[in-house]
Amino acid sequence: MPRTPIDIPHKLEYLSILSENGEVDTKLEPKIEATKLKEMYRWMLFARRVDERLLKLQRQGRIGTFPQASGHEAISLGSVVNLEKADWHVPAYRELAGFLYRGWTLEQILIYWMGYEEGAVPPEGTNDLPISVPIASQLLHAAGIGMANNLKGDKNVVMTYFGDGASSEGDCHEAMNFAAVYQAPVVFICLNNQYAISVPLTKQMRNQTIAQRALSYGMDGIRVDGNDVLAVYAASKEAVEKARNGGGPTLIECLTYRYTPHTTADDPTRYRSTEECNTWMAKEPLIRFEKYLKTKKVMTDADFKTMEEEIDARINEAITNAEEACKKPPLSDPLKMFDYLYAELPSNLVEQKEELAKHLGIEITEKETRDEAGAVGRGK
Amino acid sequence: MPDINMAKAINMALNEAMERDNRVVVMGEDVGPDEGVFRVTEGLHAKYGDKRVIDTPLAESGIVGTAIGMAIYGLRPVAEIQFSSFEYYAYHQIEMHAARFRNRTRGRLSVPMVLRCPSGGGIRAIEHHSESREAIYAHSPGLKVVMPSGPRSARALLHAAIQDPDPVIYYEPKALYRLFREDVPEAIETYPIGRAQVVQEGKDITLISYGATVRAAIDAAEILEDEDGLKPEIIDLLSIAPLDTDTIVNSVRKTGRAVVIHEGPRTCGIGSEVIARINEHAIEYLEAPIKRITGYDTPIPYFARERAYIPDADKIVAAVREVLSF
Repeated sequence: MPRTPIDIPHKLEYLSILSENGEVDTKLEPKIEATKLKEMYRWMLFARRVDERLLKLQRQGRIGTFPQASGHEAISLGSVVNLEKADWHVPAYRELAGFLYRGWTLEQILIYWMGYEEGAVPPEGTNDLPISVPIASQLLHAAGIGMANNLKGDKNVVMTYFGDGASSEGDCHEAMNFAAVYQAPVVFICLNNQYAISVPLTKQMRNQTIAQRALSYGMDGIRVDGNDVLAVYAASKEAVEKARNGGGPTLIECLTYRYTPHTTADDPTRYRSTEECNTWMAKEPLIRFEKYLKTKKVMTDADFKTMEEEIDARINEAITNAEEACKKPPLSDPLKMFDYLYAELPSNLVEQKEELAKHLGIEITEKETRDEAGAVGRGK
Repeated sequence: MPDINMAKAINMALNEAMERDNRVVVMGEDVGPDEGVFRVTEGLHAKYGDKRVIDTPLAESGIVGTAIGMAIYGLRPVAEIQFSSFEYYAYHQIEMHAARFRNRTRGRLSVPMVLRCPSGGGIRAIEHHSESREAIYAHSPGLKVVMPSGPRSARALLHAAIQDPDPVIYYEPKALYRLFREDVPEAIETYPIGRAQVVQEGKDITLISYGATVRAAIDAAEILEDEDGLKPEIIDLLSIAPLDTDTIVNSVRKTGRAVVIHEGPRTCGIGSEVIARINEHAIEYLEAPIKRITGYDTPIPYFARERAYIPDADKIVAAVREVLSF
């Protein structure tokens, strides 16, 4: 019997619960309390409005180049709400809703896009990693965190994010393989928005789905409608519970569209049509979620209006706060480039810091001291 | 006072560190039941088991990337990259993440991780198994790079690396693994990273080296003493990044002459940085131009020609005579 079929014990499914018209599949509808639904919508709307404002700020020259996240709120928020505080959030860079939900202040996010590392400091008490710019590289950190969790006998879960382009990187393969081999409690969330800058999905890969790759690693995979917050929620809830109970990693491919340019430096008219974008506009995640909330009488028109006003005020306040913070130390102090590279500043950096201070005619506020053995420490 | 070779000394330090601190985990390709291709992890898997001695899939970026995650989680991973040339597969993880997490999170997150990498030539290895690329990592801000020159410094530097709060690349000059034995003290010893050692005091010239070529410098000094009546001072850098400027400069101020020796290629090698620091801090003390005895700016040749490439005592002796006759 030289050729027999090999039975691979995995099935691949597609999950969609809330249609683009706001109709819900009641058999699949997750049970979420009204207050939580409202909270979820609020974070998604907040992220959307922040993203829109960031674009304006970028055009005014008040922040640097940034990757817009509008249209990806259902993926980020629908998944992150399934994490406990002690769980780990390991993002790429379009998880704005997730950052806000996990307790990153808007001031911090603004400060980051204004060009300061201080905006990448995870808030005290969270187990979050900052934005990861190098494509797919963060997936390995997530796998390592999951491995360490198992090694210590903890019960935490790691949720990590990547795009369709990232799925071509070697690190993506290595991370899924490591996570599967060690049964690390990692939920891999793929934001398949069908474009890696200009390169469409058809040139990224030959396979039908990204989710099916999970099967080759010996883990579960599922494709969900990434514009359907309920589908993302349900799939990631299941994956988180499984991971927490020792069931290992899961890959959730969330199919969406990159509604915006890749970053503020990109011009999508060079590689795709407005018609294509318009087709997808009808499917975007906020509109159908609004319809759902209205139908379920979770929110009224007045509620939506109040929420918009509150969000608008909060954004204005945060912009003022962030711009004020930039004028004061530590943000205004260029010498801060030296202070955090090592736990203790080595002598070459002490020397270079003094050189720059002298050149700029500014004082070093934190003096480096040498102990008797000559080791450099940091004193006030 | 055990008399042991360098492979055993590294093994001893790993065992001691794992005994003292249960956050220390060893990971890499073949480090488990096989006990490492150089047998450096001998006995560890039997003693500490699968959880703390982790055989990984064959993927260097995977090893380094997951070690970063483990370090952030609170463990102290000591990851082995089987040969230093395989580090290129993980370069982006080292440079973009291990070296930068502390800086970009203003100290909130850090990566206390050690990468152990057998390095250099001299063992008649197959292609791509003999490179010395420490200069690449010394050039990457946020890393510490160390290289011992024998059993005692191997054990003391590895303890320092494991205890260090920042990522350390620990190069093991593999030609030395079983080349000679040395007494190591009973008690655990730690050499501070960033500090060089004067291994032999002298007056006529300073020989500056690290790793395997420290042995060549010591041999050269013997020849120079016997045949020329010279007393060279020998500095073992031990730490390549940060570099101990004071020890280098103080010695050159005394001797007025120097030869820098390393196995890696010459251009932008560690010797270039050593000479730049001497120029900045002691140029007025120099009696002659400084010479470099290094690997050439070629790949290290396949093993039939590697002897001609690697610095040896004869090359150093010739260089010293040239500097002294300037």
